[in-house]
Amino acid sequence: MSDLGRTPLYDLHVELGAKMVPFAGYEMPVQYKLGVMKEHLHTREKAGLFDVSHMGQVILRHEGGYGPVAQAMEGLVPVSLLPLGEKRQRYGFFTNDEGGILDDLMMTNRGDHMLVVVNAACKEADIAHMKAGLPGVEVAEQRDRALLSLQGPAAEEVLEPVAPGCDIMKFMDTGIFTSDFGELWVSRSGYTGEDGYEISVHATHAEALARQLLAHEAVEPIGLGARDSLRLEGGLCLYGHDIDETTSPVEGNLAWAIQKVRRSGGDRAGGFPGAERILNELDEGTPRLRVGLAPEGRAPMREGVQLFANEEGGEAIGHVTSGAFGPTVGAPVSMGYVPAELSRPGARLFGEVRGKRLPVRVAELPFTPANFKR
Amino acid sequence: MKFTEQHEWLKPEGDEIVVGITEHAANELGDIVFIELPEEGKTVSKDDEIVVIESVKAASDIMAPVDGEITEVNEAIVDEPGKVNEDPMGDGWFFKIKPSDPSQMDDLMDEAAYQQFIS
Repeated sequence: MSDLGRTPLYDLHVELGAKMVPFAGYEMPVQYKLGVMKEHLHTREKAGLFDVSHMGQVILRHEGGYGPVAQAMEGLVPVSLLPLGEKRQRYGFFTNDEGGILDDLMMTNRGDHMLVVVNAACKEADIAHMKAGLPGVEVAEQRDRALLSLQGPAAEEVLEPVAPGCDIMKFMDTGIFTSDFGELWVSRSGYTGEDGYEISVHATHAEALARQLLAHEAVEPIGLGARDSLRLEGGLCLYGHDIDETTSPVEGNLAWAIQKVRRSGGDRAGGFPGAERILNELDEGTPRLRVGLAPEGRAPMREGVQLFANEEGGEAIGHVTSGAFGPTVGAPVSMGYVPAELSRPGARLFGEVRGKRLPVRVAELPFTPANFKR
Repeated sequence: MKFTEQHEWLKPEGDEIVVGITEHAANELGDIVFIELPEEGKTVSKDDEIVVIESVKAASDIMAPVDGEITEVNEAIVDEPGKVNEDPMGDGWFFKIKPSDPSQMDDLMDEAAYQQFIS
């Protein structure tokens, strides 16, 4: 694994008994001693600490401040950024000229600049895309910072002593805290469907901060395995699987992230790559949609499973893009694309697993209720 | 007790053999979430894929270790696949098979050879 990158927490992962695997160009912990199932359940019951330092943290600056950065970024994402309040964070995605999704990301108004967090696998391409597409904007990856994610109902009581005042933050609020671990960039967000925080810390303090958080009895280290089942139960997309360059935001059921002002008839309608297709789909609908899928039996339906309208015969009508056993649900859970006319929750379809067509129902997302602090 | 290269253990019990997967295999698979067992009474040939196991990581097959007839399956692990992780060599057994040619057992590894095989 010599070509793979390591995060500032690599030694700690090994010390904690993590099983390390290659992921998006990094050696990352897929699980620790508890194992995927218990790590998942622990996160929903108490709190889990994830190393997400492989993700890209990028600062966007313009001499004119936040406004010109937001204006330029609105040319790359179909999201309203100009009126975003200071210290507020918003979810969005870069689109391509065909209306597909290049990556999904988080964007924060930090007063005089914008902070964005992008997926590890896409970060080089995203940075090049921003450098080319944001004239007059300085694009600076924060390579000297680690990113920790503390997720679960106990997250607030764990982080409060480290970053006093983080308890009053609400979902998608952000703040900069001075701490024993240097300056912490904290957002009340995550990707598990639970309340929690993402904490950006300088690499030199990352391990000490992680140890401090892990010293709390409520906190266990959690690997990528449980991160995947948690986000899947939370109905959240994994880029490159549930959404990609061929899926539009409307097909991906992400239309909620496109504010009215960017849609047809809005003051700042369109003006992003692929706007023609995306605005049309917002008005007219799409032939296919991403939905939740609940297999009726116990067999998980994983990525690639073909979906059929009937138990016998006919062509595949869709496919599964993510699937696993959902430890909190206590049953297998999947997401995938189906024709719009079969996307109603309760619709009964069949997924072909090992040559057998097994019944599966379209399900409401998320599978587990979101536990955000609104 | 005998072992296969597919990480099954075989324990003779009268004229039947109890079959399960080893602790090493259970640890490598991770948490098991789904098991499909063969039907009781089914006649199988050595290397037939007769059991499907899915863990949190992936799906894998278990093959018949010898020729014979499936005499009993452990339904408890279908309802609670986690039993295999908890006690792979005991309560987590998979099925019992009545071998049609017991001498096929002679080709399998003993415990010392299996330990060597996984080390």
